[in-house]
Amino acid sequence: MSAIYGLWLREVKRYLRSRPQIIASLAQPLLYLLVLGFGLGPVFQQSGQGSYVQFIAPGVIAMGILFTSIFSGIGLLWDRQFGFLKETLVAPVPRLYIMIGRTLGGATIAMIQGILVLVVCMIAGFRPQGLAAVPLALMFMALTAIVFAGLGTVIGSSLRDMQGFQLIMNFLVMPIFFLSGALFPLDNLPAVLHAATRLDPLSYGVDGLRGALIDRATIGMGLDALVLVVVASVFLVLGARAFSKIQI
Amino acid sequence: MIRVENLFKTFGEVKAVDGVSFHVAAGEIFAFLGPNGAGKTTTIQMLTTLLTPTSGTMRLDGIDPLANPLDARRRFGIVFQDPSLDGELTAYENLDLHGVLYHVPRKVRAERIEVLLKSFELWERKDSYVKTYSGGMKRRLEIARGFLHTPKILFLDEPTLGLDPQSRNQLWAQVKQLNETEKVTVFLTTHYMDEADRVAHRVAIIDHGKIVAQGTAQELKQQTGADSLEGAFLALTGTTIRDESADSADQMRQMVKMWRR
Repeated sequence: MSAIYGLWLREVKRYLRSRPQIIASLAQPLLYLLVLGFGLGPVFQQSGQGSYVQFIAPGVIAMGILFTSIFSGIGLLWDRQFGFLKETLVAPVPRLYIMIGRTLGGATIAMIQGILVLVVCMIAGFRPQGLAAVPLALMFMALTAIVFAGLGTVIGSSLRDMQGFQLIMNFLVMPIFFLSGALFPLDNLPAVLHAATRLDPLSYGVDGLRGALIDRATIGMGLDALVLVVVASVFLVLGARAFSKIQI
Repeated sequence: MIRVENLFKTFGEVKAVDGVSFHVAAGEIFAFLGPNGAGKTTTIQMLTTLLTPTSGTMRLDGIDPLANPLDARRRFGIVFQDPSLDGELTAYENLDLHGVLYHVPRKVRAERIEVLLKSFELWERKDSYVKTYSGGMKRRLEIARGFLHTPKILFLDEPTLGLDPQSRNQLWAQVKQLNETEKVTVFLTTHYMDEADRVAHRVAIIDHGKIVAQGTAQELKQQTGADSLEGAFLALTGTTIRDESADSADQMRQMVKMWRR
């Protein structure tokens, strides 16, 4: 137990100490929020969908969580080749605990990042439907963070070097983001796109957040939460398995 | 303290370790020498539970690291060939986390960290981030960390690689001193034959995965008629240069070197 806490604390400390990185990672969601939010705002408004800033703010929060949690998993790769991971793998601690500590650490960081993006969104003009929305939104943020920290662990344990990183970014992370409905409404889509969005776990995170924050869920918050819990469990099991197979 | 019988490890066609047997007595400093790719690191990785042998038996303080990896891990400390510190944490935090992972009680942990950091002359810099440390300081910190949980065996895999003579001398002096005061058994590899000659009680030379000679440095010199351990080493292993193929770890290593400074 103390080992899990120790490794969790390490992840959180490392994150809180890298201020430039925190600021840099806020820039991308902010760019989407401001440029797309105000740029596409008038078109969105004319089609009778209301404010686009209101609409994409939950998507942008989910984006911050997605990127931060996947990156924390990729950090495993770095730790693995040089360094710190070996120190933990020869310690008298079961690998499962190490994986849990690291993954929960990654999820916590992603959660903090999501809250920061939420605050920035509110400064930029986003208005959630009331204080009551916050606990529910935090729950969806936490679930999304665990899902993708788990996926990050799977990726980080399976890649052998940094060359695979671009591949993962372009063929996995970006599609997850674009297919999630973070930028467009999930209803009235062409059949193929509709199916693709429903296969993307981030869709459920975005939908849940949208339901909690602006009362605009397409899929429904109950189903969102259920799917996220199931997917998180699957990724955690796969992550534990991939992590247990790491050979130095 | 360490017993290895008929240890084999094959990677596909390559026999990295080809029937190695040796014993290391409690309190002994044992040097494991060999050219690049001879199987030194592979042997250490098997002893320290990072690799599973193809066949053979191993005992660390009577414990089979294959059957009881957690018990075995509690009994040894290790300093890897590559640094394995967390640069974003301070020296103190690195040691503290190590103590947590090895279940060292909080009070003992604090005392032990203070004693070790003082004896390795790092106490004044305990709150600096490790990324600001010099190569020699990092090595000292890693060795201090290896001792933190009072292991019975300490593995040192080329601990002096890339250090200047001052740091090397100081490092070995400290290892020798801790070997005497804490009775820890030391298993080391190095490419500097003079170090092995000075520090080790006994030496084994491995080449192409097989042990070609073992004994005290004096015995090896007599056996080969050489006047230094380096002469004996060359007489036993020949003078051809071993080229290892670069694997992904080597590539990363080069990249890291490039990014530093």
